[in-house]
Amino acid sequence: MQIYLPIAELSVNVFLLLGLGGLIGFLSGLFGVGGGFLMTPMLIFIGIPPAIAVATQANQVIASSISGVLAHFRRGNVDIKMGLVLLAGGFVGSTVGVALFTLLRGLGQIDLVISLSYVILLSTIGVMLLFEGTRALLRRRRNVQRRKLHQHHWAHGLPLKMRFRKSRLYISALLPLGCGFVVGVLSAIMGVGGGFIIVPLMIYLLGMPTTVVIGTSLFQIIFVSANVTFLQATQNQTVDIALALMLIAGGVVGAQYGGRYASRLPGDSLRILLGALIMGLGIKLLYDLVSTPDDLYSLGATL
Amino acid sequence: MSRLGTPLRLLLLLCALLLCATAPLGQARAQLTTDLSNHVVAITTGFAGSSVLIFGTGAEPNDDIVIVVRGPEKNQVVLRKSNVAGIWMNTARITIENVPSFYALASTRPLHEIADEAVLQRHRIGVDQIRDPKLRLKASENLAREWEEAFVRRKQAQGTYSESYYLIQRRSAALFRAEIPIPPNVPVGPYHVETYVFRDGRIAEAQSQPLFIQKVDLEAEVYDFAHTQAGIYGLLAVVMAALAGWLGHLIFKRD
Repeated sequence: MQIYLPIAELSVNVFLLLGLGGLIGFLSGLFGVGGGFLMTPMLIFIGIPPAIAVATQANQVIASSISGVLAHFRRGNVDIKMGLVLLAGGFVGSTVGVALFTLLRGLGQIDLVISLSYVILLSTIGVMLLFEGTRALLRRRRNVQRRKLHQHHWAHGLPLKMRFRKSRLYISALLPLGCGFVVGVLSAIMGVGGGFIIVPLMIYLLGMPTTVVIGTSLFQIIFVSANVTFLQATQNQTVDIALALMLIAGGVVGAQYGGRYASRLPGDSLRILLGALIMGLGIKLLYDLVSTPDDLYSLGATL
Repeated sequence: MSRLGTPLRLLLLLCALLLCATAPLGQARAQLTTDLSNHVVAITTGFAGSSVLIFGTGAEPNDDIVIVVRGPEKNQVVLRKSNVAGIWMNTARITIENVPSFYALASTRPLHEIADEAVLQRHRIGVDQIRDPKLRLKASENLAREWEEAFVRRKQAQGTYSESYYLIQRRSAALFRAEIPIPPNVPVGPYHVETYVFRDGRIAEAQSQPLFIQKVDLEAEVYDFAHTQAGIYGLLAVVMAALAGWLGHLIFKRD
């Protein structure tokens, strides 16, 4: 059964989209990642124009983040004050990101920038996951020394200190603002929530307790991707509601099943598997960039 | 271009056919008369491509027939990649102006057997005749041709430009028909379906019929909405995703 996507202006199989949404949703439930960074390359591979894939993906991230944040709210695992500061940075970052996106689109370079960003991102995450997974597998066999609870580094010297009760932190507001900004830019250009970047930053750079990290990052991701969706819709008209609906429907269902399986499957081996999958996607994108194209010419926008 | 309704058109065609059948031998030739199976191709939610049937009468058995389905004219950006530090990126661009966004040609024989280059060029028949004269103000003839050929090649790969010889069927001495496929990625807008009758390498008769390819119902509304009310559309997309996420949470509450 085919569905005609009104904004992408092409016809795609409904079950392919639902299946893709379901598969990525399942993986994101399984690993506790947003899944946007897997979905966008997949959409590009099935022929959705990159600009539309990215903007529509941002729309889908809203749904999956809300789904996730509600559970964390109930358990009280959201540091709203920290979330709001991250969000302030995220708003500026995503606005700048969409402006950059519009500029690059006008120059005819947006597809290249999206592909390149994904190559870098996917290979980094892939290597990290493979490394982590292997290390965890090995670590189980021997005892490891625990690290100190609090470490002091350069970031503690910054001005504008602020108290975050829930996170039990007294740090400079510039840190979460900066983190929010970086992830905001990425969110706009790549259509990802950016959880896989902001979560390590929150743990290692800000020093937040892991219990509130996921909930707080989801909280800010909702609003950042809402901002991206709105700006992409108004500036570039690249948000395809029909495509987003298909992906959301598949994703919401898939995520629930993924979450249920998460505790039953061997985590470390799965992490290695996900790492390999991500590496594979990255290599495919890189290959497309460096291999000589069949035709040097391509069609750009119609005016 | 007349604006008669389809039933009236069919009636006219029928009259033409009757005239053709009853006309005594030796009288003046019957006029070329053509019509389409449908004058509107509606793009709906389930649209996966379609086709338009063109049929007509009034050509002699030895005549050649060429049918051209021409989409609305647009300006098209064409990009060329080159290798920069190992990566293929777009480094040159050009805008080809006023070229059809869709071009499907059907004929009884290969074009070069039907007429010579000059005739085809004058009537812009065949994808090889797609030209943008303005391009020659910016670039040399050779360079302009290279870009135009690349443009046509990409359009053909996309399925929006095509040439199919021998697609026209002759049902009897007088009646001919051709079914032109409309791909799923067809551009929307007002189209022209042109029928040319070639006799001894020259155009003896020609007729044009209007065809409209348009998004209807939800498809049209969503597209228009996204472009004219972009702000509200953006808000709606956000609200829809938020609701869907919340619903998903309610349905699959897990603890």
